[in-house]
Amino acid sequence: MDLHTITTVRRPRCPEEVETWADGHAWLAGGTWLFSEPQVHTDTLIDLEGFGWQPLQVTPEGLKIAATCRVVQLDQFQAPPEWSAAPLIPICCRSFLASYKIWNEATVGGNLAMSLPAGPMIALTAALEGTCTLWSRDGAKRHVPVAQFVTGDNQNILQPGELLRSVFLPQAALEKTFAFRRFTLTHQGRSEALLIGTRDPGDGEILLTVTAATLRPYQFRFAAGVTSAQVRGALDAAIADDMYLDDTHGSPRHRKHLTYLFAEQIRAELSGEHS
Amino acid sequence: MKLRVNGQEFDREPAPGQCLRTYLRDLGWFAVRKGCDAGDCGACTVWFDGRPVHSCLVPAFRAENREVTTLEGLAPDGQLHPMQESFLQAQAFQCGFCTSGMIMTCASLGEEDKQDLPFRLKGNLCRCTGYRAIEDAVRGRAVVDEDVAGRACGSNIGSTFATGLVRGREHYTMDCAIDNLLHVKVVRSPHAHAKVLRIRQDAAKALPGVRLIVTWEDVPRKPFTTATHDEYHCNPDDTYLLDNVVRFRGQRVVAVYADSEAIAEEACRLIEIDYEVLPAVFDPEEAMQPGAPQLFPEGAAARIDDPARNIFKHTESEIGDVARGFEEADEVYEGEYFTQRVQHVHLETHGSIAWKSDDGRIHVRTDTQTPHLIQEKLAYLFSLDPKSLHVFSERVGGGFGAKQEMLTEDLCVLGVLKTGRPTKWEWTRGEEFIAGPGRHPYQMRVKLGARRDGTLTAIELRAVSNTGAYRNHGGEVLAAALRSPVETYRCPNKKGAGYAVHTNAIPAGAFRGFGRTQTTFAIESAIDELAEKLGIDPIEMRRINMLREDRAPGAEGSTKIYGADQCVDFVEQALNSGRGEPKPAGDMWREGRGIAIHFHESSPPSQHRSQADLFLGPNGTFHLANGLAEFGNGSMNAIRQIAAQVLGVRAADVETVVADTDRTPYDAGTFACAGTSVSGKAVELAARALKDRLIAAAARRLGCPVADGKLIDGHVVFAGQSIGFAELYRQTPQADQEFHVTRLAVATPNSPAFLVQGFRVAVNTDTCEIRILQSVHAVDAGTVLNPMQLAGQIEGGIAHGIGTTLFERVVIDEEGEVLNATLRNYRIPAFADIPRSEIYYADTRDPAGPMGAKAMGEAPIIPISAALGNAVKDAIGVRLSSLPFSADRVYEALYDSELDWPGLNKRWTAELDQAEQLTELQRDNVRHADEAPSEDVPNEALEKS
Ligand SMILES: Cc1cc2nc3c(=O)[nH]c(=O)nc-3n(C[C@H](O)[C@H](O)[C@H](O)COP(=O)(O)OP(=O)(O)OC[C@H]3O[C@@H](n4cnc5c(N)ncnc54)[C@H](O)[C@@H]3O)c2cc1C
Ligand code: FES
Ligand code: FES
Repeated sequence: MDLHTITTVRRPRCPEEVETWADGHAWLAGGTWLFSEPQVHTDTLIDLEGFGWQPLQVTPEGLKIAATCRVVQLDQFQAPPEWSAAPLIPICCRSFLASYKIWNEATVGGNLAMSLPAGPMIALTAALEGTCTLWSRDGAKRHVPVAQFVTGDNQNILQPGELLRSVFLPQAALEKTFAFRRFTLTHQGRSEALLIGTRDPGDGEILLTVTAATLRPYQFRFAAGVTSAQVRGALDAAIADDMYLDDTHGSPRHRKHLTYLFAEQIRAELSGEHS
Repeated sequence: MKLRVNGQEFDREPAPGQCLRTYLRDLGWFAVRKGCDAGDCGACTVWFDGRPVHSCLVPAFRAENREVTTLEGLAPDGQLHPMQESFLQAQAFQCGFCTSGMIMTCASLGEEDKQDLPFRLKGNLCRCTGYRAIEDAVRGRAVVDEDVAGRACGSNIGSTFATGLVRGREHYTMDCAIDNLLHVKVVRSPHAHAKVLRIRQDAAKALPGVRLIVTWEDVPRKPFTTATHDEYHCNPDDTYLLDNVVRFRGQRVVAVYADSEAIAEEACRLIEIDYEVLPAVFDPEEAMQPGAPQLFPEGAAARIDDPARNIFKHTESEIGDVARGFEEADEVYEGEYFTQRVQHVHLETHGSIAWKSDDGRIHVRTDTQTPHLIQEKLAYLFSLDPKSLHVFSERVGGGFGAKQEMLTEDLCVLGVLKTGRPTKWEWTRGEEFIAGPGRHPYQMRVKLGARRDGTLTAIELRAVSNTGAYRNHGGEVLAAALRSPVETYRCPNKKGAGYAVHTNAIPAGAFRGFGRTQTTFAIESAIDELAEKLGIDPIEMRRINMLREDRAPGAEGSTKIYGADQCVDFVEQALNSGRGEPKPAGDMWREGRGIAIHFHESSPPSQHRSQADLFLGPNGTFHLANGLAEFGNGSMNAIRQIAAQVLGVRAADVETVVADTDRTPYDAGTFACAGTSVSGKAVELAARALKDRLIAAAARRLGCPVADGKLIDGHVVFAGQSIGFAELYRQTPQADQEFHVTRLAVATPNSPAFLVQGFRVAVNTDTCEIRILQSVHAVDAGTVLNPMQLAGQIEGGIAHGIGTTLFERVVIDEEGEVLNATLRNYRIPAFADIPRSEIYYADTRDPAGPMGAKAMGEAPIIPISAALGNAVKDAIGVRLSSLPFSADRVYEALYDSELDWPGLNKRWTAELDQAEQLTELQRDNVRHADEAPSEDVPNEALEKS
């Protein structure tokens, strides 16, 4: 929609050109969220498009995804064959409510920065043990695991003007096996619960990532042979009832139920049990 | 900024925050439409350097030096892209508002993409078709028949505006460029009930570009009702243009007129209003309690039945003796049912544009179902001569009852009167949710009694409807709710009590199904419950009790008219056939089936009239004018087919004009199936009269007996002789008068139409998902005028009903705020949500209806919810009594039930006990990644990044 309060659009060629930051400024990535609601408190858009960051970079250590990488580019990424967890990438791209026409513009960084519970890029990069690189306006850089970057529904640790530069997925995580579970109230709708488990081929450790059902992502590491009671105990201990999201895409009790159901299914699947 | 659109160069600066959608429209590419302006509906889809995008989300400035393609430019001039041709051949639209985006999306799909339409079309919403026709288009299936003279009725004649539509050349209300426009925006009340004390507008007035600000003090204090209805007393006046009392959150308080929407919005934000907040009530039962906040304390002057208890309408009636009926019963069932507020979500939002022409007349271009009634209402409100007002629609993007209201026209005309400038008001999607009408929520209690053999002895229904802060159709909806769903069954003792109650909720309004959807949900669920108690098959239970031909009003014992038995048989056979999807694998899935039925009276509940004007032109073609509205209902095509059939010509030979108070005679509006039933009757009468005149005139010319005359393919034909219409026109003195007829039809009781819906479903006892495996619908619609169009109405109704039943719900908090006022959060069915339905037609004819047709437009939605509820009950043994049945709400219902559920609570409860015995040691094994040290990350790798 037209953002009537915007008076200025800046199109810098590199972040250093943006020296000042004020209330009312916003980074513009794909614009698919920014242009989907009135932004009455925003007057200036600062376009990231001109930075020309390389969307995807495969390194010996893993995969670096630029914040400005469009979802469609990530979806089409051809992973090295030994990255057994790579099929999670297209699965998660398909876990948006948004149409693929929107991911033609939407970016991975925009999805992380939105920090919505149903952010499938958050689920993906958290499950694959991603780390965010953040650049603040004063030039400082910091690295934070994705699961700690998002702190609540539409809340994260970004300081005003701080830029999400990239997300790095380590090779070891990409070489794990995985299990995926998702539920939506309407077909192909918004995630009500989205859980991913990965299993270390070496020691059998399971990493369980809970998203969409909860206000922020939760992660659990379980040693090989974990029992369903242990999984349940861990969920009970970590996630308070009021941390389950309450909106029109699912009730908190149902989200909790799905979380437990899927956690158990994932545990059984990754442990090679019949569920 | 330079760019190319459809191969042409343009150079124009966008506003800084402008999106590509409005930018393209400013350049005159009107096929780029708005359904949501938020990325959810896809109506604005264009190609951006060849990739399909939702143009409402694309910043316009990014189009610099880019190539944009809109529907208008999809094929070279005068040609059709194959996908445009396919949409034409499959007639993959009703109102057509979604069509631009649909075609632009489908035309971008490769063959492989077409294998996954649920995914590829998830971003394109269509509220009308139920998606079957769209799938047919993508698959290249042709449905349209050739337009053959004399065979117009019964053929799949394509819509009047089909070619223009697929080429992107049809114009909806907002699709016109008018200079010097003023834009309206309103300040809406943040309180559900309040008195307006003071309005400070200085800052807003000082804003450059603000031309006019009006408050309740500046407008005529004339009460009216936004509901449009021919019968004045249906909906007593209760509303002012602007008022100093607000009765719902979202009610308009101040109107701002400015040179742009941006300025008008800014001005609205600068206006400060002091309110005295009054206590509010949202539940109708509470609103009827003594001491509840009173919405209309002025008492009798409000013309409501019981102002002290906020009861707008209270009706009570009994036939036979219900108490005795229950005594005679061997089994009695009693249950409570609830239906929610849902929104119409016609894809084109409300909006109108008004201007004054040099002769001083005011023209109102609007999206309405009732152009003539809007004209009358505006004339009354502004004390104008109705003749000085011209109200019309070009294309209308869906209505479903929501456009049987005057919601935008009034403030536009006010702007014209006060400033002389053309004035436009286009609603946002959000405004539809917070201030547009919706379906009346109902709270119902049903009690049924029957003998052991299944015969009903008593039916009792109590229905309480939440009409919201204003009345808009609340009384009529209640009357309909208490009528046909109860009349569907033979029973000597029936009692109904109904209350339409004012609360501080957003006013509800007319909505496809008109109250019957709600009470049919309750009664048809209850019939299944009672059948179960009696151990009788639910389909048999209906055969035993449903209206028979000897009782069906208007059927007079004729099986030619009565088709209920055929419909029930069709559905039963289909459900037994093994067609449809199999139950998904796994024992968490339970399968069930259910049906629901409905007898539908085919005419509007009260006085309804329509006039048809038909004449022969000198070139031998006909001109038909009728005041109905075409908003996807297909009525415009239906009346043209009726005239063509009677006159023995092709449908294309009848040029048809509708929805225009200057060019068509009076019509009471298009709702309650009036399109075919009343307008169609007027057209049939006019066509028959004109036919007689043509034959008589030709008989005189040729010296042939009148009785031998026939109309065949543009000629009057006698044994051995004939004369073409154009020739006859030339030879007939005063042909322009001789061959010009006008006929009036009024609503008469038609024969009842009948519908049955059947579903097979699977319910996942783990997740609580309900999956539809098979959907079957049978209708007794009399003569089918246009099978393709009727199928479209049925499929659209089923889809609308599935949305209502499985997930749609306007969520309102304790303060009256709508929490999901976007299509992102108020989901309507997408392609993936709707199964293909099997559809069957009973072989019947209605002697009273036009060409033997019964009216069917709004009815198919009525039995959907109950049929689904019955299938779910069959599957899992639990009766769901509160709509919608989204998985989370099903879970809540089951969680609260004490039932022994294999999938759900029990398993976890058992494990919970175990979990509590976790030892300290085990707990240590559970390490939270939240606490996982970030040293795990190879920092080196990061630095390189
Ligand atoms: C129809 C529809 C459906 C959607 N469905 C989903 C869904 O299912 N799940 C979901 O999570 N989201 C959904 N969204 C929201 C949104 O589109 C996505 O989250 C998308 O990934 C955002 O990316 P973007 O590049 O378009 O972000 P933008 O709209 O450009 O920006 C979003 C926010 O992030 C900030 N931002 C963007 N990039 C950076 C950066 N590099 N550093 C710092 N801040 C930044 C912006 O300032 C802004 O506040 C949906 C949106 C639409 C329109
Ligand atoms: S108007 Fe753009 S997606 Fe609805
Ligand atoms: S035809 Fe699709 S919305 Fe009306």
